Amino acid sequence: MKRSNDPIFWLLFGAGGMLSALIGAALVFVSGIGVPLALLVSRDLMRYELMLGFAQHWLGKAIVFAVIVLFLWHAALRIFHMLHDFGIHAGAGAKLICFGLPLLCTVAVAFWLLILGF
Amino acid sequence: MSAPMDKRRPYTRSMAGWWKRDPYFIRYLAMEATSVLVAVYALILLIGLFRLSQGELAYNGWLGALKSPLSIGLHVLILLVFIYHTWSWFKVMPKTLPAFYLGGAKVRQSVITWAGVVVALVLNLLVLFILAGVKP
Repeated sequence: MKRSNDPIFWLLFGAGGMLSALIGAALVFVSGIGVPLALLVSRDLMRYELMLGFAQHWLGKAIVFAVIVLFLWHAALRIFHMLHDFGIHAGAGAKLICFGLPLLCTVAVAFWLLILGF
Repeated sequence: MSAPMDKRRPYTRSMAGWWKRDPYFIRYLAMEATSVLVAVYALILLIGLFRLSQGELAYNGWLGALKSPLSIGLHVLILLVFIYHTWSWFKVMPKTLPAFYLGGAKVRQSVITWAGVVVALVLNLLVLFILAGVKP
């Protein structure tokens, strides 16, 4: 039997879904509402020097990488299956967009985190 | 689609608007559609990381854009969708797990769902609490 690579994608899907369910709402509130409106959190929480320091720390890098990459893979898998639900069947184009784009973003996130230094 | 030519032209029920046929389908689709805004949020953060890598001026531009009413409105929508995602994620979770037993009795689906929701609530509040404590 040919080995399937599906489990890898389902693992990424599950990890992203779980991470976004566990802390996603808090992150959205803080970065999109709390900081811009100085609501509950400091207005300066996402200041340049602070975010740079965060992204230069190995733990910060791991968090940024996990959040962006896993959220994207989670969404990509759902969108891919939603296309099917709406009668757009898994062709090369749908696969290229739904798996190629998150892959490209994964590489980009890793690259930007690396050039930010340690 | 290459449907074979058939002289009988048999009736095939159209799938158009299938999701409106049953409230279950609507809930299913609402759950799946949360992924669109999860992707949007991840892309917003991705752009932020990119701008951060370009330096202070670029990053401050991104930070300023987050203050626009359009962005705040979008984030309110994203927040609501994330909350719905959390609920639907744990609602479905017991159906994706193998049945497990505690003290000889099968753990009820609703127990798993609520346990997940409570853990998510605690962790979200913890993140909020930690970040609210950072006073730069």
